Amino acid sequence: MIRLEKLSKRYGSVQALAGVSLEVPAGCLYGLLGPNGAGKTTVLRILCTLLAPDQGAVTIAGINALAEPRLARQQLGYVAQEVAIDKILTGRELLELQANLYHLPRAQRQRRIAELSELLSMDAWLDRRCGTYSGGMRRRLDLASGLLHSPAVLVLDEPTVGLDIESRTALWQVLQQLRDGGTTILLSSHYLEEVDALADRLAILDGGLVIAEGSPAELKRNLGGDRVTLRVREFASPQEAEQAQRLLQGCKGVRQVVINRAQGHAINLVVDGDEVLERLRQQLSEASLPVFSLAQSRPSLDDVYLQATGRTLLDAELAAVASRDPKAEKKQAMR
Amino acid sequence: MTGATALAPALAPAPAPSALAELSQETLALTKRLFLQLQRRPSTLVAGILQPLIWLVLFGALFAKAPAGLLPGGVSYGRFLGAGVIVFTAFSAALNAGLPVMFDREFGFLNRLLVAPLRSRFSIVLASVLYITSLSLVQSLAIMGAAWALGYGWPGGAGLLVVLGTLLLLVAAVTALSLGLAFALPGHIELIAVIFVANLPLLFASTALAPISFMPSWLGWLAALNPLTFAIEPIRAAYLGQFSLTRVVLEAPYGNLTAGQCLLVLTLLSVGLFLSIRPLLDRKLS
Repeated sequence: MIRLEKLSKRYGSVQALAGVSLEVPAGCLYGLLGPNGAGKTTVLRILCTLLAPDQGAVTIAGINALAEPRLARQQLGYVAQEVAIDKILTGRELLELQANLYHLPRAQRQRRIAELSELLSMDAWLDRRCGTYSGGMRRRLDLASGLLHSPAVLVLDEPTVGLDIESRTALWQVLQQLRDGGTTILLSSHYLEEVDALADRLAILDGGLVIAEGSPAELKRNLGGDRVTLRVREFASPQEAEQAQRLLQGCKGVRQVVINRAQGHAINLVVDGDEVLERLRQQLSEASLPVFSLAQSRPSLDDVYLQATGRTLLDAELAAVASRDPKAEKKQAMR
Repeated sequence: MTGATALAPALAPAPAPSALAELSQETLALTKRLFLQLQRRPSTLVAGILQPLIWLVLFGALFAKAPAGLLPGGVSYGRFLGAGVIVFTAFSAALNAGLPVMFDREFGFLNRLLVAPLRSRFSIVLASVLYITSLSLVQSLAIMGAAWALGYGWPGGAGLLVVLGTLLLLVAAVTALSLGLAFALPGHIELIAVIFVANLPLLFASTALAPISFMPSWLGWLAALNPLTFAIEPIRAAYLGQFSLTRVVLEAPYGNLTAGQCLLVLTLLSVGLFLSIRPLLDRKLS
C-alpha cells in the first residue's frame, strides 16, 4: 500500500534521511520506531507530500505521490505531531472546514462528522471552542479530521505523546479497529511498548537509516539469547560499573555488555543459557563485587535497538533531547 | 461504538465533481473560517474603523480655522481630508492581509491545509483576498459614513462607484504586497514591524493630508510616486463631483495626470504585484 524507496533528505549540513526504504502492506498497522531526530517525522512529512525528498520514490496505493501529489493526498489522512488547531473555532466547525477541503458533499459531511463524533466520544464537547480542549480532546479531534474522508492510509506522527493512560488506551483501541476495518496505518513513535503492543510490523529508524525491519516477534526472536540486567548496587558508580563490565566481558557465553546510564549504571548483557548465569554470579563474588539485583528476560524491542546501535533507546533519546534545536525544527516545519 | 461504516476506508471514490465546484467549495470554507474568526474577535474590525475615525475628527479639527481659500478649489480642510482618510482606512486594512496567513504558517495550520487534496492551493490566497477586500470595504464605508456625518460630504451614486472601484484596485495591490511579505518574512513579529514602519510614512508622503503644492519638492516627488496618491486624487475628485477619466486630478512635478491615468497606474501596480509574488507563492505552497 505504501512503498518508500531510497528516500534521502538533507537540511543544510544535517543528513536527515540517508536512503530509507520501506514497504507497508495493505491493512497493516506499521510502526516507525526511533529516538527523536532519527528521521521519523521527515519520512512522514515526505509521505504526506508536505516535503519533497532530495532523492527517492514514494508510492501510495499505486500512485506516484511525487508526481501526483493531489491524488496521493486523497488517499491519505495525516495526524501531525504538533496539533495545529484554530482555537476560536468549535471542533465541529473545524471538522466542517476539513471536510470541505476534502470536497465531501454536504450530506456525507454531516454523516461522517456524526459517525466520528460517536466513535471517538466527542459528542459532549464538539460544539465547544477548541481553545478549551484538553490534550486528549485535541488529539481525538485531530484523528477525526484525518479520518473524515475515509482514507485508505492513515499516517500518525507520535500520536500518544503527552496523553494520559486512559486516552492512550482508547486511541490504541480505535487504531486497532481501523486496522481491522481495512485501513492501512503508519504510525511513528519513540515508545517501545506502544509499537510492540500495536504494530503488525515495524521499522527501527536511527540516524536517517532503517536499521531493522520485521514483525515485533520476528525481530525479537532473531536476536536469540536472554537479556540480563545486573545491578551491582541500586545506584552504582561509573567506576564500579566499568569494573563489572570488564569482568563480564571476559566471561564465556556472555555478549554485548553495556552500561545503561539511564538505569543508574545498571549493566545490560546477553547470556546464552542458564548455566552461564551461575558462573557469572560466582566470578562477581570472587572479584568481591556485590549483586544488588539480577533480572533475566526474553529480548525486547529495546534489545533489538541496542543490538543494532550499541545504545539503548532511552540513552539515544536523552542524547537527542540534549542536542535538539527547536529553532531549526520550527524552520523545517514552517513553509 | 459505531459499526464498520465509520471505520472502513472508502472503497471507491465518489464521482468527481467539477474543478470549479471543488475550487469554490474549498475557497468558501476557507473564507468562512476567516469571517468566523472576525465575528468572534471583532477587535480588528473595530480598531480598523476607530483609528481612521480619530484621524478624521482630530485632523479635521486641527485646520478647521485655516484661512479660507488656502486649499486648491477653495474646499474646507475636512472635505479635503476625507478622501485621504478613506484611502488610508482601506490601505491599513489591506496591509494586514498577510497576518492571518503568517499565523497559519507559524502555528502549522497551513500544513493542515496543504495535506488536503485542494483543487488549487491558490484557494488559500483567494480566501484571504476575498476576506480582506470585504473587510476593508466595510471599514471604508463606515468612515465614509462618519465623514458624511461630520459634514465632509458624500460622493453620490456614480461617485460612490468610483470610490469603491478605486479602493478595490488599491486593496488588491496592497493585499498582494502583504501576502508576499507574509510568505517571505520569518515570523509575525517581523511582519508587524514592517506594517508598523510602512503605515504612517506612506500616509504622510501622500496627498492625504496636504496637497503637493504645500510640500518641498523632494516630498512632492515622493507623494507623486506614492500609490496612495493615485487612489486619493480620483476619490477626491469624485467627492467634489468633478470626476471624469480625462480630467487632470494630480499636478505632479513630472507632469499632470488624469483620473484615468491614476487608475491605470493602480491597475498595473496590482497586476504587477500579484505576478511578482506568484513565484514565491508557488514555491511556498508547492
